[in-house]
Amino acid sequence: MSNAGSIRRGQTRAGWLFVLPTLVVLGLFLAVPVVMALWVSFTDWNGRGSPFASGVGFVGGDNYRELFGEQGGLTRSDFMTSLRNNFYYVLLVVPLQTAFALFLALVLNQQMLKAVGFFRTAFYFPSVVSSVAISLVFLFLFSGGGVVNSMLESIGVDGPTWFNDSRGLLHVVGDGLGLWSASDPPSALVGGGALGLTWWQWLSGPSVALSVIIMLVVWTTTGTFMLMFIAALQDLPVEVEEAARIDGAGRWGVFRNVTLPHLRPTMLLVTTLGLIGTWQVFDQVYVMTQGGPSKTTLTPAFLSYFYAFENQEWGVAAAMAFILFLIIFASASLQRWLFRDKDAIELKRQERRTKKARTRAATGGAA
Amino acid sequence: MTSPTTTPTTRTSTPAATGRRGTGPSTKPMIGNRSALLLFLGYAVLVLFSFIYLYPFLVQLTTAFKTNTDAVANPLSLVADPFTAAAFRELAQRDFPLWFGNSVLVTVLVTAGRVFLCSLAGYALARIKFRGRSAVFTAILAVMAVPGVILLIPKFLVLRYLGIYDTYPALILPLLVDAAGVFIMKQFFESIPESIEEAARIDGAGTFRTFWSVVLPMARPALITITILSFQGSWNELPHFIVASQDSDLFTLTKGVATLTSGQLGSGSQYPITMAAALLMTIPVAIVFFVFQKYLVRGGTSGAVKG
Repeated sequence: MSNAGSIRRGQTRAGWLFVLPTLVVLGLFLAVPVVMALWVSFTDWNGRGSPFASGVGFVGGDNYRELFGEQGGLTRSDFMTSLRNNFYYVLLVVPLQTAFALFLALVLNQQMLKAVGFFRTAFYFPSVVSSVAISLVFLFLFSGGGVVNSMLESIGVDGPTWFNDSRGLLHVVGDGLGLWSASDPPSALVGGGALGLTWWQWLSGPSVALSVIIMLVVWTTTGTFMLMFIAALQDLPVEVEEAARIDGAGRWGVFRNVTLPHLRPTMLLVTTLGLIGTWQVFDQVYVMTQGGPSKTTLTPAFLSYFYAFENQEWGVAAAMAFILFLIIFASASLQRWLFRDKDAIELKRQERRTKKARTRAATGGAA
Repeated sequence: MTSPTTTPTTRTSTPAATGRRGTGPSTKPMIGNRSALLLFLGYAVLVLFSFIYLYPFLVQLTTAFKTNTDAVANPLSLVADPFTAAAFRELAQRDFPLWFGNSVLVTVLVTAGRVFLCSLAGYALARIKFRGRSAVFTAILAVMAVPGVILLIPKFLVLRYLGIYDTYPALILPLLVDAAGVFIMKQFFESIPESIEEAARIDGAGTFRTFWSVVLPMARPALITITILSFQGSWNELPHFIVASQDSDLFTLTKGVATLTSGQLGSGSQYPITMAAALLMTIPVAIVFFVFQKYLVRGGTSGAVKG
């Protein structure tokens, strides 16, 4: 009995010794700093000395009010611009990378194709390469007289000067469709607005410069998500699909009713990871555009960095980081809820349908 | 009775599904055409995407050996004319070797530390029954959920507070543990049979000894996965290095090369130089990737799927 007790105690000591280094590093460089930054977000610390010194003023929620309230001025319009940019970025990147990843996985999963390994490697390779290296390559590809514009020129299209083009895609498209004139926007949209930006500014869509970053990120991340879809597809027994075929389902039917439902958990994972990742875009902005042209590639992550390290407005910058955290948390939860809800609704609908069919069959039988 | 009816159905299942309308011998050539068409479309898609995926790397490779005039005048050409290594010589004269050295140092130390600490913690969480284990595990899970980019300011604050800002430890220490790595190791240790360790323990080996000489050697595949993931992660890391130092002697490759574009070194549009720099920083990762691909693919998906 006492022997077992000492083994138990020995185990506890060993267990804690084993996890201690990990806990110390995570605590010291993760948990503690987050609390420190939370404190800073309620002060007017200017980066000099310790943020806990007596000279540093506690300003309550002022930094947060500056991001959302009238008094924010330029800070607020910068922050709102960055949120707008990142919103359009997420809206395009997440569906595109998921769709391409799923598409490539489905193609590569066809048994009749050969050399699948080569193609899989080719599509996955950009995911392991440094974002800095890839950003440099894209800077060259999309430069004024670069590769992409030369290609466009050969088919008679005059390409834009990608990284200097701050025109919003929605503005351009609306102009092209005759909905509005981009040079003379409708006064109803320019006159009103919210949170420091006019409706016209909110409705800009991603700028041409931002769409290069969107293309870059879709190009880079598709491979990783493709691997996840391939792994999930390989979990689906071939017999299941074959059985569906025997039952007379066509290719599309099998895909819709067998493959897609099977991929639902992977889909949730891929879109969640996509959401979390896209709200944090930083590297590409830092290397390629530094927020320009005309602030159309500003993102909250980069803006927070810039306000802290360049403007020395640490309180506001820390507040931005925490708002970003809330956005990521909220959108990931929202998305989770949407996915689960759809499942539940579908299940309930099916139950109702079978119940109805059953009662109908019962009454029909009676008649 | 059953076997003669099922066998023909399975045999014809595929054609029956693709060409439901027709029956008999007339469907056969139609199906063949359709499969051939799908096969052709499949390859067409793959070739198109391979072009999109590989062409940028080919451009990078050839532009690195071009003169700037040639790079600007013939961006599409995959032949450097004239062929020159001037961009590489230029990089060698600048701080590039220093950045490369710093990156190697940081990557090696971070990788070694991560492999050791992640397997220690992963083993404890998988095997050692100690009080507080589930609390520790929950804490690590919570840490994994914190988005990295909001840690930029916090990391700077704590490094300053500890007085190690702008030093090598500032570059290395915060990267030493990766919660996802702990997770991967824990999962692996849970998958190997416990009986072997019990035998070692009965023979009187202590917990650490059992871990070090019995369990760890069995964990080779997982250790390789962690090694690759940390190598790639720390080699490509940028934001942490941006906030952990400002001294140009401490620049790593990512941070140093990023300055090439902002024109601080006056090479904003010197494409061969930026392409050569991008190429050189890609090569080590590419080698590791091609040699250990299967481990990377496995770790990349398993770590993420579980996270």
